[in-house]
Amino acid sequence: MEVKNSAQAGTFESSDILVMIEPVDKGSGITIDLSSSVYMHYADSIKTTITRVLNSFEIKDVKIIAKDKGALDAIIEARVETALKRALGIQQGTL
Amino acid sequence: MLYIPGNNPAMLLQGGVYGADGLLLDLEDAVALNQKDAARILVRNLIKTNNFYGCEVTVRLNHLDTPFGMADLEEIVPLQPDAIRYPKTESVEDLKRLISIVEEIEKKHNIENPKMTIHAMIETAMGVQNVFEIAAYSKRVDCITIGGQDLTADMNVVKTKEGRELDFARNRIVMAAKANKIDVIDTVYADVDDDEGLRQETEMIKGLGYSGKAVINPRQIGVIHDVYNPTEEEIRKAVRIIKEFKKNKEAGIGVFAIDGKMIDAPVVARAQYVLEVADIEL
Repeated sequence: MEVKNSAQAGTFESSDILVMIEPVDKGSGITIDLSSSVYMHYADSIKTTITRVLNSFEIKDVKIIAKDKGALDAIIEARVETALKRALGIQQGTL
Repeated sequence: MLYIPGNNPAMLLQGGVYGADGLLLDLEDAVALNQKDAARILVRNLIKTNNFYGCEVTVRLNHLDTPFGMADLEEIVPLQPDAIRYPKTESVEDLKRLISIVEEIEKKHNIENPKMTIHAMIETAMGVQNVFEIAAYSKRVDCITIGGQDLTADMNVVKTKEGRELDFARNRIVMAAKANKIDVIDTVYADVDDDEGLRQETEMIKGLGYSGKAVINPRQIGVIHDVYNPTEEEIRKAVRIIKEFKKNKEAGIGVFAIDGKMIDAPVVARAQYVLEVADIEL
């Protein structure tokens, strides 16, 4: 799927992650710009989790800006999925 | 039962540590209208991965008349939490519609023996009027609850600390639950700084027969448990009654006396209930 709009999900609160999605040119690939309160220990793991969700939506080209405050995998996945669905215009049951 | 806002990861993760018997993961009033999708996905993921420290997990959904209710059901029903709480249940028709959609989703996901029950939330004057039929409608409805804030708004009155405006509704709802042998949970006490007011209200609703109370702040849990937990004296008395009852039963005696007071079936049943609450098996 192709990301055509910017969108975001999550907050700066503790245990959460703010995920912002930006469209990029086709063929640019995936870029993840991550800042995290636990960057030293978990940066790779967080990026892997984000990438796993992108792959499940078959996203090839996108820029992700993520500000993490110690979110667990299930929370990272939820925020990336929400932001992606918003960017793709396929979110349901919200205003 | 402790309400947890559905879009707050920290509170969802920590909600189980405060000693509540159950958690109410809220997708309804505690979530902003433009965050309904985020909360729904977050709650779904955490039900899949989090054990909530052994608390019973209930999800409060949005009503099916809103743009959010159907999407809530589609995400939550396949996970089979302990229960779903349906707001503003006003009639049997509301439940009929809800249960038919729930069963359709369960069928689609090959859930053959669904464990998830339904809590019907009574928070309109019409719901209060129809509560007997609502409580009796389906075996899946194992609890009814009163929503004081919305009910007083529907009645166009102010919710006071004394709560007289809720007297009729509380009495009618508890009797509907008892008549159908299901649980009944009272509304929240909104002033989290007033422990004494909370204690008085909890004593009052316990006296009416309510099974428990919803809370919005973990600080309120201790007060409610203080009121509901049997005292040492009550437990000792219950143990004595049940021991004597068993002994007399073996001898074929149904009614007996302890310290000059008659002990019959209702007294034994009450003693058994005390032991059940105290988690004591004899």
